[in-house]
Amino acid sequence: MSERQIQLEVLRYNPETDSEPRYQTYSVPCMNEWVVLDALNYVKEHLDPTLSYRWSCHMAVCGSCGMMINGEPKLACKAFIHEYTDQIRVDPMANFPIERDLVTSVEDFIAKLASVKPYLIPKEDKPISAGEFKQTPAELKKFKQYTLCINCMLCYAACPQYGLVPEFLGPAAISMAHRYNQDSRDGGRDQRQEVIATDTGVWECSFVGACSEVCPKHVDPAGALQQVKVASTIDWYKEHLMPWMKK
Amino acid sequence: MNKPYVRPLSKTSWFLTQTRYKRYMAREVTCLFIFAYTFLLVWGLKRLSEGPDAFNAFVQALGSPLGVLFNLVVLIAAVYHSTSWFNVTPQAMPIQRGEEFVPGKIIVGAHYALWAVASLIVLVLGV
Ligand code: SF4
Ligand code: FES
Repeated sequence: MSERQIQLEVLRYNPETDSEPRYQTYSVPCMNEWVVLDALNYVKEHLDPTLSYRWSCHMAVCGSCGMMINGEPKLACKAFIHEYTDQIRVDPMANFPIERDLVTSVEDFIAKLASVKPYLIPKEDKPISAGEFKQTPAELKKFKQYTLCINCMLCYAACPQYGLVPEFLGPAAISMAHRYNQDSRDGGRDQRQEVIATDTGVWECSFVGACSEVCPKHVDPAGALQQVKVASTIDWYKEHLMPWMKK
Repeated sequence: MNKPYVRPLSKTSWFLTQTRYKRYMAREVTCLFIFAYTFLLVWGLKRLSEGPDAFNAFVQALGSPLGVLFNLVVLIAAVYHSTSWFNVTPQAMPIQRGEEFVPGKIIVGAHYALWAVASLIVLVLGV
């Protein structure tokens, strides 16, 4: 167990007293196997109880500890101190309004996620007595990777398009729509297309690819969005060039 | 109290803030060189339609140091542009065979192979 003194530079913002955020530096004695979240918890417990940030699981499953660590979107519970120098800068997630200190507003994302109907919409209703909807391993594999999303919003913090055009539906919401569209049990694609195949939906994406690079769960949202573009383009050709193909 | 603080992204210099944004911009900007080359080809057609003298002058201009430099710069830009797209094709076009997905390397490799074949055909036809 080795100890290191880390200078933790944290962006602070108190909506009651501050007109704009400012940095505050804490000197934190860190164990080498700590993550940045441990350092923040040390600050909160020993140095400054007023520091606000979100966290819950400490094991990269709840998705609440997203922040910018040295400018890179990261889960604070997955960012190991030993990967950094003795000077670490922590900012709230980029592209989101700051509520207080490292806490950002999530309402916009939650509303966007809900708008894509992220749940199974069965093709036809069937009574429970008719049994379960069966799925082969291959059908499951088709969308499995997208189910790993923990809604941490790091992909939004990485996406310059979202930063420039806040109306953009964004990587995680569209990936989640894609997840259900790819599900053999689902019949809701037409409803979701109305929301995602739009100018502020998938067509706002210019495939910067930053979302996939920062995603802690390897969901590859950028891939999902390009696949949605391909499928939507095929829809367009079918509708305009082959109207007889219409269902 | 609810007074969220918004940190706006600079509309003109956001892409300078991260290496990955610069890489993205490089991919996008290199397409302008391909556009310029397409324009050059169309210009060549126009010169051809004006008769042998005009066309010969055009070919000669291509062989001048400036013409060679232009071709070289466009070639580098075109290679960068194309390969950066090749490398992301598995994300946009995953292929599932049975249960498993075809490894990305194979999809990318197929693009390079097709490119080599196409270049070879052009070379053989051109000589
Ligand atoms: S796609 Fe990845 S980065 Fe985006 S919210 Fe889901 S887990 Fe987080
Ligand atoms: S605390 Fe749950 S993901 Fe980091």
